[in-house]
Amino acid sequence: MSEPLLQIRNLSKRFVTPRGTIHAVSDASFDIPRGSITGLVGESGSGKTTLGRTLLRLVEPTEGQTIFDGQDLNTLSASELRDARRRMQIIYQDPVSSLNPRLRVADIITEGLRAHGIGNRASRRDKAAALLEEVGLQADHMSKFPHEFSGGQRQRIGIARALALEPEFIVADESVSALDVSIQAQVLNLLLDLRERRNLTMLFIAHDLSVVEYLCDQIIVMYLGRLVEKGPSRPLYSDPRHPYTRALLSAIPVPDPARDHSRTILRGDIPSPLDPPSGCVFRTRCPHAADICAEGVPAPVETGPNHHSFCKRTEELYATA
Amino acid sequence: MNEPVLDVRNLRVAFRARRSSVTALRDVSFTLHPGRTLALVGESGSGKSVSSLAIMGLLPPNGAVTGGAIHYRAVDGSVSDLTKASKSEMRARRGAEIAMIFQEPMSSLNPLFTIGDQIGEMLLLHTDLDARQRRQRVLEMLELVEIPAAASRIDNYPHELSGGMRQRVMIALAMVCNPALLIADEPTTALDVTIQAQILDLMRRLQKELGMSILFITHDMGVVAEMADDVAVMYAGAIVEQAGASELFARPSHPYTRGLLHSIPMPGRPEGERLVPIPGTVPPLHAMPEGCAFAPRCGLADEACREPVSLSDFAPNHRVACFHAGREVTHV
Repeated sequence: MSEPLLQIRNLSKRFVTPRGTIHAVSDASFDIPRGSITGLVGESGSGKTTLGRTLLRLVEPTEGQTIFDGQDLNTLSASELRDARRRMQIIYQDPVSSLNPRLRVADIITEGLRAHGIGNRASRRDKAAALLEEVGLQADHMSKFPHEFSGGQRQRIGIARALALEPEFIVADESVSALDVSIQAQVLNLLLDLRERRNLTMLFIAHDLSVVEYLCDQIIVMYLGRLVEKGPSRPLYSDPRHPYTRALLSAIPVPDPARDHSRTILRGDIPSPLDPPSGCVFRTRCPHAADICAEGVPAPVETGPNHHSFCKRTEELYATA
Repeated sequence: MNEPVLDVRNLRVAFRARRSSVTALRDVSFTLHPGRTLALVGESGSGKSVSSLAIMGLLPPNGAVTGGAIHYRAVDGSVSDLTKASKSEMRARRGAEIAMIFQEPMSSLNPLFTIGDQIGEMLLLHTDLDARQRRQRVLEMLELVEIPAAASRIDNYPHELSGGMRQRVMIALAMVCNPALLIADEPTTALDVTIQAQILDLMRRLQKELGMSILFITHDMGVVAEMADDVAVMYAGAIVEQAGASELFARPSHPYTRGLLHSIPMPGRPEGERLVPIPGTVPPLHAMPEGCAFAPRCGLADEACREPVSLSDFAPNHRVACFHAGREVTHV
């Protein structure tokens, strides 16, 4: 296997606020293989969005490295970073606030090309037309304004904009969460098509584990700023090893009334990132927490090929016969 | 079965737009029986929230009921049409007999008052309890909805609570006068799944203990499967399919219902199998097609679908508004 496109090493981000230090992301390490879609899953406050931005260096990390195609992004100068940025793009959650309402669609899509001085006016228009068709819209949509489109169409415009610079890597941050399910399925299939056609590498950030399992090859589960489990989608979804992943999966309502609805209901709320629990961050809500869980941050335990659970009791709890 | 708590008949709601008016609900009919949960399920613009606002008498000023009736059966057994109720009658009912919880607990709670004051205000309006009794009752409610350390939380302001906690407060506020009918409009949509699981569990328990009927409005078929006894699927202002929950999921028969279910990533799906999305988008209210509103997105649509279609019996207790109900969509 070739070298992963991205290697995230011990990445941390802390925000210093008047009320104390927020531990948004702590010691995240993982690889994103070329041409794969990696899902980053967690609930509000898990640090998934901060991690997505920190690894693009849209937010400066407090510690750690992002090695993108052999280069450590955090050692690049401003102009080197600018060049590297062409190769990585982001698609946001809210298709309304992320598109400038005063620009026509053609200008929105080609803004990156202009900023990087690529092509001339005519070639950029051709590019916009081709991109609109590629994402399932029509070339003549380019002279319209964002408000003339539905939510799903706006998200397609955001995707076209992200593709304009021919990036190799795309971070999609909750890019389908605001859409109705029937439209969400359209956009998910579009992302799968684009990955195949362009051999894109993607980091798909979402709170919905079912969506992530559908789209992604690899899943990383976060809780309170830390990785709790990472592994290939299918095994992680069908046989989750970390107690938090298990609880998260069992909380998803399944559209089948005949199914057993008994589940592990987590008590209480996610603790404050200003004062995360010592040891395992999940231990205050974990149904299996023991004394050992308060002592030291759990190291990854390999539970299968490329499958790791950050739980000290992994082997004991899910010993396979 | 008992007499229904709520019997909505051919309800029509229209909104005045700049020059014309648009129809948001077209002949919506459903019944809700005591102690049961009816889910109104649909996507944006389906009319599910407009239905609940019409029942509560809370339509915005440019909206009005233009036809039909909402028969509500009060606790004393008297039946009245809520579309004809005066403002003061509705005010007396809202919060006391009919209560509502909304999606966004932060914007439904007043940030300037403590949660104890806000829940207590319901008792002040609808009961004769004195201040001490009210506080006692509020405390009981907070404990009922499992707010930890209720005695100290009672004097908190909404911003001091987490999202899940605020939704519990909203439920306490809705339930404090022991309403017969609870309208829950996307009560868990803004919450994380693990918190959603807590809230759904709480609602189920309260219904078992207190026996209220629930009109549950949601876009999430998973939540429907968990909460509903009966389901009405809405599309573009009309009900397209109506059945008991187990029947609906076992035999979804309107092409829209099927399309919706095919759009959801389900566990255990064969590897590599793609979702089958519904093509296109919902037509805008001012440009509804003649005949079936779903026809432009439907793989089964033909000439017949240009004629108006209404709900008709498909199976016992299962009604579908489609000329081709039950036929397989052969997708391209």
